[in-house]
Amino acid sequence: MKKLRNYFGTIFVLLMIVILSGCATTAANALMSKESQVKLRSIQTRAFDTTDKKKMMQTVISTMQDLDFVIDKADFMLGSVTGSKFLGYEVVAMTVTVRPKGEKQLLVRANAQYGIKSVEDPVTYQDFFTALEKAIFLTAQQVD
Amino acid sequence: MFVCLGISGCVTVPTGFLKPNKDYLEKRQLQIRQYDTTDQEKIITSVAGVLQDLGFTLDASETQVGFIAASKKADATNLGQVFFVALLGGANAVGSCDKSQIIKASVITKPGLDGKKTVVRVTFQRVVWNMRGEISRVETLKEPVLYQNFYDSLSKAIFLEAQQI
Repeated sequence: MKKLRNYFGTIFVLLMIVILSGCATTAANALMSKESQVKLRSIQTRAFDTTDKKKMMQTVISTMQDLDFVIDKADFMLGSVTGSKFLGYEVVAMTVTVRPKGEKQLLVRANAQYGIKSVEDPVTYQDFFTALEKAIFLTAQQVD
Repeated sequence: MFVCLGISGCVTVPTGFLKPNKDYLEKRQLQIRQYDTTDQEKIITSVAGVLQDLGFTLDASETQVGFIAASKKADATNLGQVFFVALLGGANAVGSCDKSQIIKASVITKPGLDGKKTVVRVTFQRVVWNMRGEISRVETLKEPVLYQNFYDSLSKAIFLEAQQI
């Protein structure tokens, strides 16, 4: 009987560890994401057959405005655009960067956060790139 | 129960929020105007002027892509709301009434598709705080009057700039 109680005790402790560590909030989390770096990049990045950085940035901005984002910052040299939108009581923040890839292409990378969580769902990013494709009349190409 | 606790501990990220809504064309109509000029510099300086006319302070800008962001603080108290909430919920409930707000505007100007016009697009958002100092509401503003006012002032400003007033 005592052995059985010990056994349940151990299970209880293990369960508590699993539950309480579910949302670890240590400083180490600052630089970590769940997905592998390579996979995340390919989810968040597309290449476009154009070298017009300015036009691409302006199209990124208007696509984000179509998606209800208010643009907070932009920097032409970095090619970055940052915006935020509200979804219920959470803030969605998104940064999109545009940079040259080789002589003939531009790389567009988007990364979004929902509240304190990074968005790592491929479909969500695909939605964004589909909207961007329509706005710029070019095909977004998957990069490895 | 433990499973419930374990699952509900972390907020899940919703999907589909980067897909355009059905009403995005309508929104474009509300937020976009075209001006018969290719002088982008004139348009963007006029935009900055109008935002100042409307009491906004400029937060960020990148003129190379034709972008300006601005914000202003404003009162959000609605006496009718305070009265009804006090009537229904008593003095304590009044804390949840709106008190102040920050209105954010972001403007982008770019050349039109035909190369002869300049397109201006503005979006307004607001964050509302209640009397207890908590954020009570966040939303994109959709009132046509607001956008109409902005563009009326912009048209005037462009005229004034042209006349060097």
